Amino acid sequence: MSNLLTTEQIAEFTASGCLFFDSLIGDEINKEFLEDIGHTEIKNVDSVQKYYQNIKATSSIPRIPAGTPLKEAYPANSPIEKIFNNEVVDGAIRSLVGSNALIDHQFLHITFPTKYFKEANQRQMSQQNHQDSTIDPRSTFDIQLFYFPTDVTKEMGGTRYILGTHLRIVSESGIARYQNMLGQKHIVCKAGTVGIFHHGLWHGAGINFSDNIRYMFKVRLAPTEKQELLWDPEKKYKPLSNRALFWTDENTDITVNDILTKKYPWQENDTHRLDIINRIQMWRLLTGDSNLDIDYWMTRVENERY
Amino acid sequence: MSNLRQKVLVLYLKMPALESEVIAWATYDGTGKKLHMTGDSDAPPYPTGLDALLDGWRLFQASQSIPEQSGKEFRTSYLKYEFFFEKIENAEI
Repeated sequence: MSNLLTTEQIAEFTASGCLFFDSLIGDEINKEFLEDIGHTEIKNVDSVQKYYQNIKATSSIPRIPAGTPLKEAYPANSPIEKIFNNEVVDGAIRSLVGSNALIDHQFLHITFPTKYFKEANQRQMSQQNHQDSTIDPRSTFDIQLFYFPTDVTKEMGGTRYILGTHLRIVSESGIARYQNMLGQKHIVCKAGTVGIFHHGLWHGAGINFSDNIRYMFKVRLAPTEKQELLWDPEKKYKPLSNRALFWTDENTDITVNDILTKKYPWQENDTHRLDIINRIQMWRLLTGDSNLDIDYWMTRVENERY
Repeated sequence: MSNLRQKVLVLYLKMPALESEVIAWATYDGTGKKLHMTGDSDAPPYPTGLDALLDGWRLFQASQSIPEQSGKEFRTSYLKYEFFFEKIENAEI
């Protein structure tokens, strides 16, 4: 039995574009994954290309044609199959993209430490912010699973990401000039942490100033079914009734609507309101309720009664 | 050849007004004294665009106000309020 996400978690994903599960995968599987890819110390690495070649030649990570069902993608008892069999991972995937998701692509991202660049006489630069993978104006969405098999310390330059950017329609590295954004996050986590990103979330790899190689294994999954109440098969979710706006009442309880309308530091004064409208559109898709509204944002602009 | 080089500061603001808050930024240093790159700073160099002017940066380009495309008024995309500043400094070559 998988653990489906809660309504609050789905709302958080809708607002921020990601969810994290700290230390979710146990040490045994993390170790198995690292052994499988032939993890070693940086002093043993001659070149990035040779390191990748070796992993591709010896690990259990298969070549997966795009569009392969996730269920058929990984060898039985391989470390990656075990990660996907984790009840929380399985539940999150089922909640967001359903039970018959397809693999779009996978990649083992490896960030080499400063020592490697010094010895290779190469400039060590961080990866610019970007959105995977091209202009994507859909209302439906894919998810990307990020798995960190080792601890990621601050100096290791873990994945940088900007909460709430996922519904912005941009063209991949067209956002590369935004070197820094207010409120940007850098992943610092324990081994076995799993992140699930909306495909549109802006992100990039940091610089690895440590002495160790950093890994992040990523798999993109596409739905084949309607992304409607997948997390709530008993259809318990009911929209909240309207509340007073601006001249608000004294009730300070945090509701799902507060999660859905939260503000991030990088948002502009005017377009953060449009970001909320786009989140409401996504919430309509997820709940199957095309008339649903939150804080009158849609009702106001859809009012054409005369 | 002169030793003078251009430093470029790009600020993205919350509103098209220069006195509004900085929400994103980029720096390119033509003097070669510092290599700036993505993710290298979590705190903005100035609280507002006006503060950059007060510190001697010269504004040389600002984004235009472009009406939203009809039928796509709610679409969000790139950051809207982009301001390019420069300083000319000695590279000490």
